[in-house]
Amino acid sequence: MRQIHLAAHFPGVNNTTVWSDPASGSHIELESFVHLAQTAERAKFDFFFLAEGLSLREHANRVHDLDVVGRPESFTILAALAAVTERIGLAATLTATYHEPYELARALATLDHLSGGRAAWNLVTSTDALTGRNFSRGGYLDYDDRYVRGRELLESATQLWHSWEPDDLVADAATGTFLARPDAGAFRYAGRQVDIEGRFTLPRSPQGRPVVIQAGDSDAGREFAAEHADGIFTRHGSMAAGQAFYADVKGRLARYGRSPDELLILPGVTFVLGDTDAEAAERAEHVRREQVSGPTAMVFLEQLWNRELAEYDPDGPLPDVDPIEGESIIAPGSIPARSYTGRRQAVADEWRAEAEADGLSIRELMVRKAARQTFVGSPETIAAQLHEHVQERACDGFILVPHITPGGMDDFADRVVPLLQERGSFRTEYDGTTLREHLGLASPWPVAG
Amino acid sequence: MPNDLHIALGLTGAGWHPAAWREPDVRPRELLTARWWLEHVRAAQAGFLDLVTLDDALALQSSDPDRPDDRVDAVRGRLDAMLLAAFLAPLTAGIGIAPVVTTTHTEPFHVSTQLATLDFASRGRAGWLATASPSRWEALHAGRRELPSGEALLAEGAEHVEVVRRLWDSWEDGAEIRDADRHRFVDRSKLHHIHFEGRRFGVRGPSITPRPPQGQPLILATQEGLGADLVLRDLVVFIDRSDAEAAERRARLDAWHPFDARVFTGTPSALADRVAELGTVRLLPAAIPHDLRAITRELVPELQRRGLFRRAYEPGTLRERFGLDRPANRFAA
Repeated sequence: MRQIHLAAHFPGVNNTTVWSDPASGSHIELESFVHLAQTAERAKFDFFFLAEGLSLREHANRVHDLDVVGRPESFTILAALAAVTERIGLAATLTATYHEPYELARALATLDHLSGGRAAWNLVTSTDALTGRNFSRGGYLDYDDRYVRGRELLESATQLWHSWEPDDLVADAATGTFLARPDAGAFRYAGRQVDIEGRFTLPRSPQGRPVVIQAGDSDAGREFAAEHADGIFTRHGSMAAGQAFYADVKGRLARYGRSPDELLILPGVTFVLGDTDAEAAERAEHVRREQVSGPTAMVFLEQLWNRELAEYDPDGPLPDVDPIEGESIIAPGSIPARSYTGRRQAVADEWRAEAEADGLSIRELMVRKAARQTFVGSPETIAAQLHEHVQERACDGFILVPHITPGGMDDFADRVVPLLQERGSFRTEYDGTTLREHLGLASPWPVAG
Repeated sequence: MPNDLHIALGLTGAGWHPAAWREPDVRPRELLTARWWLEHVRAAQAGFLDLVTLDDALALQSSDPDRPDDRVDAVRGRLDAMLLAAFLAPLTAGIGIAPVVTTTHTEPFHVSTQLATLDFASRGRAGWLATASPSRWEALHAGRRELPSGEALLAEGAEHVEVVRRLWDSWEDGAEIRDADRHRFVDRSKLHHIHFEGRRFGVRGPSITPRPPQGQPLILATQEGLGADLVLRDLVVFIDRSDAEAAERRARLDAWHPFDARVFTGTPSALADRVAELGTVRLLPAAIPHDLRAITRELVPELQRRGLFRRAYEPGTLRERFGLDRPANRFAA
């Protein structure tokens, strides 16, 4: 039977996270991260996952204040979690654009050493000009250069992780030999955007290469993942879309001499549990409305319309003014706002037609459009769906995004995981100690004994 | 008891003498493991030392500042000190933790958010030993071909420190309001762009991380010119029951590997006299665990008998331990 892989995503700084819930805790204090990581470890999850954002989100030239704002730095959190967990993998999203290769490779290798082989890197690239203004690199890279940067960062980091042979660290006091050879750690990488040379400071880490996950859905992103990555973080959570994506990506592996098992497809999904399917559906409706308040609905609308619409009522009909076509002015750093470029009028016309046909207010329409709920039901229903998605090759597992911090995974751990274990598709104990072992991935090179 | 005497402890590998790793009480294969560092930070904590610094650089150790020395008979290899500090934070209490981080090859935005996070994770015990890196060899690791030297290198470091400080202030205390009725998670009038434009760094802000418990985590340096809160005086120590024993141990290590540094060799009592004179000092144990044990089990009790050193950690943050106030926020109205 195909085995399911599970990861716990710490709730993000977007409207999926319902901070107004009385159970909602801190997004900054270490205790919240410890709670979620230890809950996931108790349930034998493969890994814990952090997103990254290196600037505060802005809308209409002001800090966006409707969602959670603020987050700690990821490496620091994961290193602290390594101290209070034993087996669970620790994954950080790190943009290739605003991290430098030597520092990044060293931090990930350090995390791998400190955690006994549990480090993972979710590799993304950024195009956000606002974020660029927080770094001396500045600006942002155009589309092609982003992929060059991502590729060169991964290639150079890989070279650094491989720069010590497994037996370079001798540390024999009797003979006074600390290193096996004088040039342990020597490297040179000369690319278009990365040009570094010297000596790396860390012996080969327990996993050899930390697990590399790629987030990115474009053709170039899929190809990059097929060549280099151990996993893909995707948004294709439904059965049909998942199966199509799965077949496409797995089909690309052969040309790089890789087998389909060497790249795991892991969609990011949400869930709402209830005692019965009916109760879960009711709760899901409530969560959706919490996620899309009136002001949040207006922000979503403005992302498409590309103009301020303060004079419109979220409980009233859609605006009669037309969108401003072109690049996003209202929220230049926002991916959704940018995604409408070139089709703002067309989408607005669709939305108007739909709202009119179904008699929806702005907020009602946005609740419908912004819904991100993938799995809704009783524990039995959700366990059956997760099981089926993996057995039917829509994915290899899930990165689960709870909507409450930090207790949003508690019920899943207590009520869904045992059902998956009964079906025989999820582990009841960890077999190995490293994340590569949890994921069934071989290390690309020999590691130190 | 008011405590005017402050002892920081500098930790590196098996100690500051390059041959210390060959001593029989060292487990040299563990020098790059979490267990080794935890054991010694906990030892320092049991002696109520003010803080530990965790040595680091973006390069292997070398006796030659301009290139790797290709020696195979000394400790080579380093964990990232910032991550190591974070690992130690939830496993310790009381003691301050200050990783060494260079200003020459890092981004102030990352350093600022890392230290703020360390401060949250340690409940106000985060420090930063800021260094500027003159090594052209280290610079190639960061892909940096042009490197300032002397005063210009320090000025660049001071600019980095200034950006880090402004980012800490870019969130006023209490900016997170969670006003569910008005749908506002933060009061954005308390978040500030810093709009810093310097010679090397241009940073807009605000930070992604709220202002940390200390407001400004304690910034340390071993030289003037970086804008630190505190400049440490260093003392490498060989501590034994008699002067002769300490000198003999030093000679034995020097025979393995010459060590050209000014050091203290002598008894705990003589070191207590010296520390009492200095007031604030960073002790660099020549050999770990030997000299660390002598500090916590002999020097500290000697200073306590003299009424000069704490017998328990005072409540409060690392800044407060050094008599420094929680700084007012420069952006607060």
